[in-house]
Formats: sequence, structure tokens, C-alpha cells
Amino acid sequence: MDRDRIETVSLRWLRRLVIAAFLVVTLLPFWYMLVLSVRPIERLLLDPGSLLVPFGELTVATYAEVLRSVEDGGQGFLAFIRNSGIVALAATALTLVIAIPGAYAVSRLRFFGRRQVSALFLAVYLFPSIVIAIPLFVVFTRAGLRGSLVGLVLVYISQTLPVSVYMLKNYFETIPVSLEESAAIDGAGRLGIIRRVSLPLAAPSVMAVALYDFMIAWNEFLFALLFLVDRPNRWTVSLGLSLLADGVEVPKTVLMAGSVILTLPIVILFFASERLLTEGLTSGAEKG
Amino acid sequence: MTTTTPEAGRSPTRERPRRPGRRPLTLRRRESRAGLALVTPTLLVVVAVIGIPIVWTVVLAFQRVRLATLRRTGLFGELTLDNVDRVLHTPGFAETLWTTVVYSAGGTVGSILVGLVAALVVRRPFPGRTVVRASMLLPYVAPVVAMTFVWQVMLDPQIGFVNDWGRRFLGWDAPVPFLSQESTALWTVIAFEAWRYFPFAFLFLLARLQAVPAELEEAARVDGATPTQRFRHILLPQLMPVIALIGVLRFIMTFNKFDDVYLLTGGSAGTEVVSVRVYQFLTARTDIGAAAAQAVVLAVVLIVFVAIYLRFFGGRREEA
Repeated sequence: MDRDRIETVSLRWLRRLVIAAFLVVTLLPFWYMLVLSVRPIERLLLDPGSLLVPFGELTVATYAEVLRSVEDGGQGFLAFIRNSGIVALAATALTLVIAIPGAYAVSRLRFFGRRQVSALFLAVYLFPSIVIAIPLFVVFTRAGLRGSLVGLVLVYISQTLPVSVYMLKNYFETIPVSLEESAAIDGAGRLGIIRRVSLPLAAPSVMAVALYDFMIAWNEFLFALLFLVDRPNRWTVSLGLSLLADGVEVPKTVLMAGSVILTLPIVILFFASERLLTEGLTSGAEKG
Repeated sequence: MTTTTPEAGRSPTRERPRRPGRRPLTLRRRESRAGLALVTPTLLVVVAVIGIPIVWTVVLAFQRVRLATLRRTGLFGELTLDNVDRVLHTPGFAETLWTTVVYSAGGTVGSILVGLVAALVVRRPFPGRTVVRASMLLPYVAPVVAMTFVWQVMLDPQIGFVNDWGRRFLGWDAPVPFLSQESTALWTVIAFEAWRYFPFAFLFLLARLQAVPAELEEAARVDGATPTQRFRHILLPQLMPVIALIGVLRFIMTFNKFDDVYLLTGGSAGTEVVSVRVYQFLTARTDIGAAAAQAVVLAVVLIVFVAIYLRFFGGRREEA
């Protein structure tokens, strides 16, 4: 056998092995989370090495406890879900309202400073968020916005805008100009063109951007920590989970149920839209 | 990536030879006005919530501000170098900076290497490829709080399965407190970083790999190049520009990272990175001036690194 043959055959097997290894390494923590969330804590202490739920151990009491309100002896995650949901949905909707006209302008219209807008966004996107956090902490403390969800929504909008505009802009550029022109000849104004022609055509990419914005806002931690830490009834799921995990009072299995609740919506959304999202994010990357 | 194809945005009417007169000018002006109007909300939010705070942090860094005295301090009070001096001389300043550099470099290299291997193995179609590809992206999209918590429990000396298996199958004498002892904490955090962010490199490398013309590889195969030679001499040179780009992006992002380290170790056991230190100044000591000064140090160091990188590698990317 020559070198080419040996390499081809051994690489074929290596490839299968590596794919299997990747699946184990990426999925194991998720599986572990799920398993721990349905085991009673006493059983976990006795047998910490088990990666399956031993027969007869299965319990959903952990979920009941984590979701129940604090007054009823639970951990109040239902309220956290509500807070996270409100913040994420509001941030997503408002980001879209602001980003769609902005992205359209950057992709279609020539105006003073159009080139600079893209560069500005990249710089903003890569700037340390902790630098921005300090004055926002100061301003919000003064304006009484600290502890309110409105302030948080505002910050999330600013965090997701650069990427949203970038993704939408890429998509708008692929829509043939002639379509918009025929609408213009039929007498549609600029906003009418965006609403009646560009938006319906860009619907998949608007969807992808919306999902991206929702995920960022749902997962966010630093600003929630800075703004909401003193107000337990305003905590988001991320913040609530991290603060409860710091203490020792709440059993780890109950908190695992909490992390499943935090992770599940994201995983479902992601699998439902994986293709949309990855294409939106990497379009243009193959050009190098 | 940022520039647009020049012709795409133009309507054909304007491509006609210009007639003397005013009409093209007014059209152009209307377009410009509409463009500015549409982009204004975006710019307003970005300037108000990001631009102004950045400038303000720099001002705060040279002011004497504490949370307690906040209501009495004016926007532009007396300027002083005290904060910078205090930050530079607080014990642990140099260690924190060094930890941040090691953490960022380790996380960047780790995630790119793992991402490269991942991209190479799922490059060609096989049954179940879509599911495998989506699964590989999960660590990146899942909430950071949940992921750090699972890692903490997984590695826990009492209830984690890693230590249980280590003692049962690998013959460890005692459980290893991965996240709380100095010798392992930083490496564990770097491993987490590689695990969580390899999908980022994977996505971009895979997109680039799929754009490599098949003829290139075919020609090399006909010339007798083995698979490893084809990787070394055909694929890798094609990937280098993307790898360089991902390298800068990941380094910058990891350098700025707060969540991961804060949630995994809280900055203990030799893992305190600059952003966690900023947070400590801000909340535990409520010393806003020092926090701002420390944040400015973070930004300046980052800008210096990026400038050095662009100076040495920026030119080379053009050739590739």
C-alpha cells in the first residue's frame, strides 16, 4: 500500500472517531444537565457518577420547586421567566423597528457618512462592554432606571443593533433593485417601498435577526447583574440562576431544573432556525 | 465585507449620461436626505447608549467619584490622576493583566484549533450531517449562565461525575477541585473557553472550506498529493486569511470577557481578569473612579495589541 492509500483509509476511520468524540463532548454537558434535573439530591450524593437516571429515581419535584413562587416555598422561576420574556421580546421588537430602516439606508441609499457607519458598528461591537457598563451604572442610578426593566431593554437594543443592521444590510443587498424601481414607478414612496417590497422579500432574514436578538437578550448576564441585583422580583432567569447557584441553600438538582428551563427555549429556537441563523451570520465570510 | 457593490444600490436612471440641469442633483439630494433620516434612529441609540458612555468612562477615570458621593459630583468635576495611580499600584494589577493575556491567547488558540478540526471532519456530506453540525453549535448559543453552572457541577469534587469517574477509572487518589486550586483553575477556564467558542471558528472555517474550488484539490490529487499534503499545501493556505481574522476577533472578544470567568470562579484561584477586577472596583469597593480607570487600562491595552497585530499581519493578509 502506498502512502496515499494508508492515509485515505486511516483518515476515514479517524474522521468517524473524531465526529463521535465531538458529539459526546458538545452534548454531554446538556445531557448531564437534563439527567441531574430529574434526580433527587440524596440519590445524586450517593452515586455522583451515574449519567443515566437509575430506574425508579425519576422525579419532577425539582421542576415544581424551582417554578413555584417564593411565598409557596419555591424559587420563583415563573416570575423570572416572565421578566426575561418581557425584556427579550421588547428588545427584539424595538431593535427590529430601528434596525430595518437603518439597514435599508446603509444598503441602498447614498448619503454622507454611509461608509463610516459600518466601520463605527464594528468598533462598537468589539468594544469591551464593561467600559460601557460603568457610566450606564452611574446614569441609571441617578435617573432611577436601575432596577427597572426599561433600562435593561435600552441596553440590549444597543448591544444587538450593530449585528442586526449588518445581517439585514447583507440581505437587502441581494434584493434586485429593479423590483423597488417598479414600485417607485407605480408611485410608492420610500417607506412604502420598504414596507411593501423589501420587507416581505427579506422576511426570512428578518426572522433570523429577530431570533438572534431574542437569544442575546435572553442569555445576557452582565447588565442584568449590574442593574437588577437588588430587586429579586425583577430578576431575569439568567440572573436568578446565577445568584441562587452562589448560595448553598438550594439543592443543585433543583437549580439544574432551573438551567434546563433557561436553556430549553434557546435550544428549541435554535434547532428550528439553525439554517437561517448560520447563513445570516456567515454570509460574505466565504469571500474571506 | 463592509463595502457594498457599487452598482447594486444605484438605479439605472442615474447611469445615463448627465444632462445639464438640476434634476439629477435633487434626486441625489433626496436620496441622501432619506438615507440620513432612516439611519438616524440607529445612530442615536448607538451614540447615546455606547458612544457617550465610552467618552464618559474616560472622564470618570480622571475624577474622584464614589457611589456614595455620586449625587454631589458634577459631570465635569476636578480632574485628577489619583485613580490611575491607585489602579496601577493596587496589589495584583500586573498579575491580572498577565492572566488576561494568557486567558485570551489560550482561549483563542484553543477555540480555533478545535474549530478547525470540527470543520475538517464535517466538511463532506455524510448521513446525519445537518444534526451533527447543529449540535456542534449548541455550546455557543446556549445561555452562558447555564453552561458555567453545568461545568461547575460536573467538575465539583463531591457531586460531579468527572471526579467520580477519575477516581473509579483513572485511579486519582483524591478529588481534584478544578476550579478552586491555583494549578488548574486558569487552565480549566481556558478549556471552557475553547469548548464554548469553537463553534464560532467552526462556522466561519466551514463556510470558507466549502468555497475552496474542488478543481484545486482534484488537481493536487492527480499530481499524487496525499490527504495530509493536500491539507498542508492546498487547504491551509486558503484558510489562513480567515484564521487570521477569527484570531483577532476571538482575541478581542475573550480579552473583554466578563461573564465566563466571573461565573466559573468569581475571579479566585489566579483567574482574575481585568474586566472582573473592574466589576470588583465598581461594586465591592463602590469606587467608580478606580473602576473607570481600570476599564480604560483594559481598552488601551486592547487597542495597543490590535494595533501591533495590524502592523505586523495587516499587510500580509492582503498578499494571501
